Amino acid sequence: MSDADAIAATLSPAERLAAALARVPYVKFLGIHAELAGDEMTAILPFSEHLIGNPVLPAIHGGVLGALMEVTALMQLSVAEPLKHQPRTIDVTIEYLRSGRPLTTYARAEIKKVGRRIANVHVEAWQTERRAPIAALRGHFLVTPREG
Amino acid sequence: MSDEYEQMRQMAQAMNGSPQARALGLETVGFDETGATMRLPYRPEIVGDPETGIVAGGAVTTLLDHVCGHAVHAEMKGFTTIATLDLRIDYMRPAKPGKDIFAKAHCYKATKSVAFVRAVAYDDDPDDPVAAVQAAFMLDSSAGRGFGANLKAATRKGAPK
Repeated sequence: MSDADAIAATLSPAERLAAALARVPYVKFLGIHAELAGDEMTAILPFSEHLIGNPVLPAIHGGVLGALMEVTALMQLSVAEPLKHQPRTIDVTIEYLRSGRPLTTYARAEIKKVGRRIANVHVEAWQTERRAPIAALRGHFLVTPREG
Repeated sequence: MSDEYEQMRQMAQAMNGSPQARALGLETVGFDETGATMRLPYRPEIVGDPETGIVAGGAVTTLLDHVCGHAVHAEMKGFTTIATLDLRIDYMRPAKPGKDIFAKAHCYKATKSVAFVRAVAYDDDPDDPVAAVQAAFMLDSSAGRGFGANLKAATRKGAPK
């Protein structure tokens, strides 16, 4: 076990999440932060002018909602177990259910399965009501666990 | 390029004035009967993995969503309100760090209500793509009502209270 591995093994899920969020420039570009309740993470994207895709409505860019949900999946995977490298996205299916209004958007991921190499993750994003999601994502991610 | 497409190209360029497109620096580099092509300039702020300097998948998602919308407008040869129904994106390989990413989209079928679009994202060679997408868009998403009326979900009948 390398020094970096030894350090990572001692980190709590909250510390792993903070480290994972802090190291990604694109997370800062969008303004995503996150809260942890036990092992379940909620990603939070406060509304900001630069996220707008359609200024007439106005509505948050669909790509931004997809990006938020992809980041949520990646971060939830980092929280779940120590990984050797950041997970890599293989494919995603994004469904748009409602327009993203100029409000704070939340997203939560459910890890359906983590195999030796591939993880399957489902994500939903919502604004004012958890049970009225505005978008959903299903994706496969390449993972490299630290052990093995 | 015909006048018709020149007008459309200008409109497409104006759509890049959307704040997120501006924040990413998206630029329309092609717009004609074969579809639309856009460029996402490389910037350190949109890197997803600082270990490698590779652009975040999310930024590529936004590029692909945007260029697919452009391709629908190119196919319609006129403005119609559209809404993305879904995107299915495959990430085939990491983009080369430091390189701009291009995306080329083609609307291969449009019915009265729905447009089907394919696009690829690439850095050097369209035949060696970074990512590919298959997308569906709802056409005339305002359906004769005021612009965006269909999107006011909170007041729609049957929406959860």
